[in-house]
Amino acid sequence: MSEAVPSPAAPPARNAERIAARLKARHRAEARFRALGLGAVVLSALVLALLLFTMTSNGLGGFTRNELRFPIDLTTGVLNIQSAQIEGTDAVQALDTAALKDVVELSAEKALGEQASGELATTAWREVAQQIIADPTLLSRRFDVSVPVSDAMAKALRGEGDPQLGLLARKLKQEGKLHRALDIGFLTRSDATSPQQVGIWGALKGSILTMLVTLGVAFPVGVAAAVYLEEYAPKNRWTDLIEVSINNLAAVPSIIFGLLGLAVFLWIFPYYRSAPLIGGLTLALMTMPVIVISGRNAIKAVPPSIRDGALAIGASPIQVVFHHVLPLALPGILTGTIIGMARALGETAPLLMIGMRAFVATPPGSFTEPATALPVQIYLWSDEIDRGFVERTSAAIIVLLIFLLVMNGLAIYLRNRFEKTW
Amino acid sequence: MSPVIPILFALGLGLSGWLAARARADGFRRALPGSRLASLPQQHGWYVALWAAVPALLFAAVWAAISPDLVLAHVLADPAAAKLPAFGFQRETILAEARALADGTIKIGFNPLSKPLVAPYRAALGHFGTIGLAATILLGLAGGGFAFSRIRPDFAARGKVERAAMLGLLAASLVAIFTTFGILASLAFETLRFFNLVNPLDFLFGTNWSPDPMSAPTSGVEHNYGAVPLFWGTVYIGVVIAMIVAIPLGLMSAIYLTQYATPRVRKWMKPLLEILAGVPTVVYGYFAALTVAPLVRDAAQMIGISGASSESALAAGLVMGIMIIPLVSSMADDSIAAVPQAMRDGSLALGATKSETIRRVIVPAALPGIVAGIMLAVSRAIGETMIVVMAAGRTARLSLDPLDGMTTVTAQIVALLTSEGTPDHPATLSAYALGFVLFIVTLALNFVALRVVKRFREAYE
Repeated sequence: MSEAVPSPAAPPARNAERIAARLKARHRAEARFRALGLGAVVLSALVLALLLFTMTSNGLGGFTRNELRFPIDLTTGVLNIQSAQIEGTDAVQALDTAALKDVVELSAEKALGEQASGELATTAWREVAQQIIADPTLLSRRFDVSVPVSDAMAKALRGEGDPQLGLLARKLKQEGKLHRALDIGFLTRSDATSPQQVGIWGALKGSILTMLVTLGVAFPVGVAAAVYLEEYAPKNRWTDLIEVSINNLAAVPSIIFGLLGLAVFLWIFPYYRSAPLIGGLTLALMTMPVIVISGRNAIKAVPPSIRDGALAIGASPIQVVFHHVLPLALPGILTGTIIGMARALGETAPLLMIGMRAFVATPPGSFTEPATALPVQIYLWSDEIDRGFVERTSAAIIVLLIFLLVMNGLAIYLRNRFEKTW
Repeated sequence: MSPVIPILFALGLGLSGWLAARARADGFRRALPGSRLASLPQQHGWYVALWAAVPALLFAAVWAAISPDLVLAHVLADPAAAKLPAFGFQRETILAEARALADGTIKIGFNPLSKPLVAPYRAALGHFGTIGLAATILLGLAGGGFAFSRIRPDFAARGKVERAAMLGLLAASLVAIFTTFGILASLAFETLRFFNLVNPLDFLFGTNWSPDPMSAPTSGVEHNYGAVPLFWGTVYIGVVIAMIVAIPLGLMSAIYLTQYATPRVRKWMKPLLEILAGVPTVVYGYFAALTVAPLVRDAAQMIGISGASSESALAAGLVMGIMIIPLVSSMADDSIAAVPQAMRDGSLALGATKSETIRRVIVPAALPGIVAGIMLAVSRAIGETMIVVMAAGRTARLSLDPLDGMTTVTAQIVALLTSEGTPDHPATLSAYALGFVLFIVTLALNFVALRVVKRFREAYE
C-alpha cells in the first residue's frame, strides 16, 4: 500500500516521470500481449495454409500422368476384326483375340524405338481398346493414341530408379513423344497396384454407399430421439440415463466405435466384413449423438406459442410435433446432420477396424460387397513405398477436402437461409 | 441374395398398404356424406402401413443375420464338403471363396477345393433366399391384410398410430443406451478373456510391450503385455507435446478474437480456425508423415542431433496440437464471453490496460471453462488415431526424447486388429483391453469437464 501512495516529500516532477515511465512499460506490455494474440491467430492460419498448399501442390500432379504418344495405323487391316464384333458386351475380349496388344506394341516400337515400347503400361492396350469401342471408325483410320507409361519409366522421369531409363525418358520428352496429360480416369478407375493406373472411383463409391447407410440409420433415429427427449420425455432417472449416454457417446473416441462394430456387427453379420453396410452402421452410431444434440437445440428454439396454438385447436401431441414443430426445426436439424455426416465422411479408424482396408479393385456394386472408403484409400496409399503414390494420395485428399467443403458450405447456407428469429 | 431386397419388398408392401387403406377410408367418407370418420384417412393409411411393414422388416433383419448360418449348415451337409480340411484358416478361406463364387462377387476361384462347393452353395443360397423373401412377403401381406380388415368408419386408427409413433420415438432414444451398453459389454467381455490369459497387474504396470500375433498363443504372455510404454507414449504425444502447442495458440487466439479483433476480422478468422477442426485426421496424419516429420528430422540434424528418424513423437504431437487448437479456442471463447461485462468494465474503469484486465480479471473468471475445454481437448488427443498411426511409429518405447518414435494406445489397437492374428490370440484380445482403458479414461475426462462447466455456469447466473 505504502509504495502505491507517492511519498509527499518526492518532487512532483519526478513522480510524474515515474508514472509516465511505468505507463509506457505497461503500454508496451499491452502491445506485446496483443501481438502475441495476433501471432497465435496468424500462426494457426499459416499452418492451415501450409497444409492446404502442400496438399494442392503435391496433389495437382496426381490428376495427371505421364503418357507416350504415338500413331497407330489400322487401315492396313492388321487387326482382323469386324466392326460388328466391337459392339457387343465382350468387345474388349474380341479386340484381345484380334491381338490388339501386339498391334499397339508394334506401333509403339515403330514410333518410339524398341527400348521405349517396352515401357508402356501393361494396361495401355486396354485404353486403346476403349477408344476403339467408343469410336469404331478408328478401325479404318490412322490415329494418335496417348497411353500411360510404365511405373518404371514414371519413376525414372522423377530422377529415381534406372538412370539409363531416365535418359531415354528425357529424350522422349524433348521430342514431344512423352508428355504429362490430364488423367480424367483418376476419377473413374479403382484401386490398382501401380500409381500410373490407380483411380478413386471405387473408394468414392464405397464412401457414398457407406454414407447412405449412415444417413439412413442415423437421421431417423437421431431425430426421433431428439423429439422424444425434447418434447415427451418425463423427467426421471431413465431419461437422465439416456441423456448422459448421448452426451458421453458424442465424446467417445471413434476407434472405440470401430471396436464395437467389430465385436457386435461382425459377430451378427460375419459374411459382410468390409461391406458398406457394416461400415455405415458403425458410423451411424457415431453420428447419431451429433444429430440428437443439434436436433434438440433446433427443437428447443421453436417457440412454445406454436405448440400452444396447435394444441388449442385440438391437435394431438404427436400432430403438434410432426405437423408444426419438426418442419420449423428441420433446417437446424439438417445443419447438424450435415456436419455430423461430414465428420463421418472423414473418419478412418472405425472403418479400419471392421476391415474396410482390403485391396478392392472393383467398385462395390451393392451395400454388402467388399468396399473401401475415401479416407481409408488415402491411408492405404500413404503406406505405399512407390513415390508415385504421393501425388495420387494428395489428389485423393483434394477430392475428399472438396467434398467436405461442399458439405460444410451447404450447412452454412442452410443456417443462413433459414435462420429465424421469432 | 442381398438382404436389401426383402427390406425393399417390406417397404413396398408398407407403401401399398398405406395407399390402399387411405383410398378405402376415403371411400367410407364418400359413402357416408356429412358423417365424420373416427380418424383421418391417412391415419388409416399409416395404421395399415405399419402393420404391413414393421413385422416384415423385423423378420427380414433377423433373417439376414441367421440365414448365412443355415446356408453354411446346408452346404456342409453336402457330400462335397467332406473333403474340406477339418478346421482352421484354410477351411474358412475355401468356404469364403465358394460363397463368393456362388453369389457372383468373384468370377474366378483359385482353390481347387472350392469348386465342387459352388453348386451346393448356390443352391442353398437360392433356397434360403427364396424362403426368406417369401416369408417376408407373406408376413407383410398377413399383417397388412389383418390391419386392412379392421378398418371401419368408426375405427380409431389415430390413437393406435400415435401409440406406435410414441413407441418408435422411445425406442430411438434407447439406441443411445444400447450403444453405450454394447460398447461396455463388448469391450468388457473381450477384456475379461484377455485377463484370463494375462494378469491385469502385468498389463497395467508392466513395461515391456511386444505382442506377437503370429506366436503361439501361450508363449510369453506374461511379460509381453506390459502397457506402460503405450500409456506413456499416449500421454507424451497427446498431453505433453500436443498441449504445449494447442493451449497457448488456442487460448491466445480466443483472447485475440474476442477482445481485440474487429468484427470483420473475427468474422473471417473464426470460421478459418474452425476449418482446422473439420480436416479429416487421416489428412493430418498424411501431412505429419509427409511434411512435418521430415522438417522435424532435418531441423534436428541441423542442430547436430544425429540419428533422428522420420517417425517421431514430436511430429505427431505437433500436428495433433494444431488439430486441437480450435477445440481449445472455441471453449475458451465461450467461457470468456460468459464473463459479465461489468467485471471487465470495472477493471478498465480502475485504469487497468486491456491486457491487464484480460490476464487478471477475465482469464481467472473464465478459468473453469478454459480448463474444461483443455480437458476435452486432452480426451480428444488421447483418442486420436490416424495421426499417431501414420506419424508416430510402432515402437513401444519409454523415452523422454521427443525425436524418438513412440506408439500410443490407439495406434496399437489398429496395429493389433489389422494384423493377421486369430480372434482368440492374446494379442488380438489385448486390443480390446487397451480400448477399454481408453474408453474409461476419456469418459472420466469428459465427465469431469462437463461437471466443471456446469458448476462454472451457475456462478454467474
